[in-house]
Amino acid sequence: MLEVRKLAKSYRNGAQATPAIKELSFEVHERELICIVGPSGCGKTTLLKCVSGLLPASSGEVLLDGRPVTAPPEQMALVFQEYGRSLFPWMRVDQNVRFPLRRKRLPRRETDRLVAESLAAVGLFEFARHYPWQLSGGMQQRVAIARALAYQPQILVMDEPFASVDAQTRAELEDLLLGVWQRYPVTILFVTHDIDEAVYLGDRILVLTARPTVLAELVEVDLPRPRDQVETKALTEFAQLRARVYRAIRRD
Amino acid sequence: MRRARELGLQLVVPVVVLLAWGLWSARADNFFFPPLTDILASFRANWVFERVPTDVVPSLERMLAGYALAVVGGVALGVLIGSFRPVRWAADPPIEFLRAIPPPVLIPFAILAFGVGPQFKVFVIAIGCVWPVLLNTVDGVRGIDATLRDTARVYRIGALSRLFSVVLPAASPRIFAGMRTALSLALILMVISEMEASTNGIGFFVLQSQRSFAIPDMWSGILLLGLLGFVLNAGFVELERRLLRWHRAAQASALEAAA
Repeated sequence: MLEVRKLAKSYRNGAQATPAIKELSFEVHERELICIVGPSGCGKTTLLKCVSGLLPASSGEVLLDGRPVTAPPEQMALVFQEYGRSLFPWMRVDQNVRFPLRRKRLPRRETDRLVAESLAAVGLFEFARHYPWQLSGGMQQRVAIARALAYQPQILVMDEPFASVDAQTRAELEDLLLGVWQRYPVTILFVTHDIDEAVYLGDRILVLTARPTVLAELVEVDLPRPRDQVETKALTEFAQLRARVYRAIRRD
Repeated sequence: MRRARELGLQLVVPVVVLLAWGLWSARADNFFFPPLTDILASFRANWVFERVPTDVVPSLERMLAGYALAVVGGVALGVLIGSFRPVRWAADPPIEFLRAIPPPVLIPFAILAFGVGPQFKVFVIAIGCVWPVLLNTVDGVRGIDATLRDTARVYRIGALSRLFSVVLPAASPRIFAGMRTALSLALILMVISEMEASTNGIGFFVLQSQRSFAIPDMWSGILLLGLLGFVLNAGFVELERRLLRWHRAAQASALEAAA
């Protein structure tokens, strides 16, 4: 459903052009959960911005359902790493979730249902009337996920969404995401710098090199689902995959 | 208990000053500093509430009209300038020049352009107050977080929603800072404008009293202006405290998370 073809991106810095992404091609299938890992400072965020239409590519193209992406597409939602700066602090939790739905002009009852359901899906139904800053970091990121779900995207793009929360919360959020992904008909593109997280969550892992970024390796993750924080991570295959991704990152 | 102590200490200085002034002026027999009791008597005679409809209300009306124009104009222009870089480049030199002009010097021109009615006063107040609102709005709009902007773009928020539900709220802490500066300027310009080509108003009253050697009346007007400024500012601070509660709380929680 999502196709990235010979995507390249360099930043202009006066007369100089600094290449961030040299060339990347890959495909994401319907209902897939694909993880993107790479060394810090590689063009992960740049890639996401190009994929979501926030940044124009220097060359190559991004196709969503066969149509080139030039602006943020309607079927896409994005969850940022900085939950504190992506939620609107002057809106209550439910207003934050409802806000993007305004444009869709759904009947009032339908909007109410979407908001209530998505808040319930992330376990924040009772916190609807709170403000984001009254919640912990992990809860704020759950609000951002609920907002994305209520928007009913076909593809959910996540930019290191769990990088700023503590390890315990991170594990909870990973399982929450897997649960949500089972229930909602959504394709997920998940960027992380955490190899364990990528192996634990993904169907496939795109391993990127340092700048200028190309594809280092495409790893198939054939671990059984549903996955479990203890059992899955205890599997020999988990350790093997982890090692494989690690080596692919280290290679360059 | 602590609150009561704080309040008590805050009242100490005004009470001491008033007592000292009262005692000294009662014996001083100085024409320019009449006894405080005379000033208070004159205050009661003039401002409770004899001259409220004839002087205070017209003054406040002109001040609020000028202030409102400055806020609306400053925010509108500020959003425009803050949102588009070419507009900012083009607008910067004229703004820096125009705001360097002391507003009272525009009074002679304003009288020519608008006549001696209330319009020229409103104009002078508006011109003087617009700059802090405008410049703070520009900074506020420019300073909106990139992630917040990207969020609005990703969710394809329409232009009007983006303006009223994202840009203005996000810039509002700075806009309020500008409005607060502008409020004290408005009071100053109100008084100054009433000392020229006027027939009523608090500033006019103070000047008239001085010219007719009604010194206690003059002082009562000054006292009233001080009180007005104090009350207006306190009211504004309270309004800001309520409307920007989210801002302080969000900052506090961000600091906590960083710690």
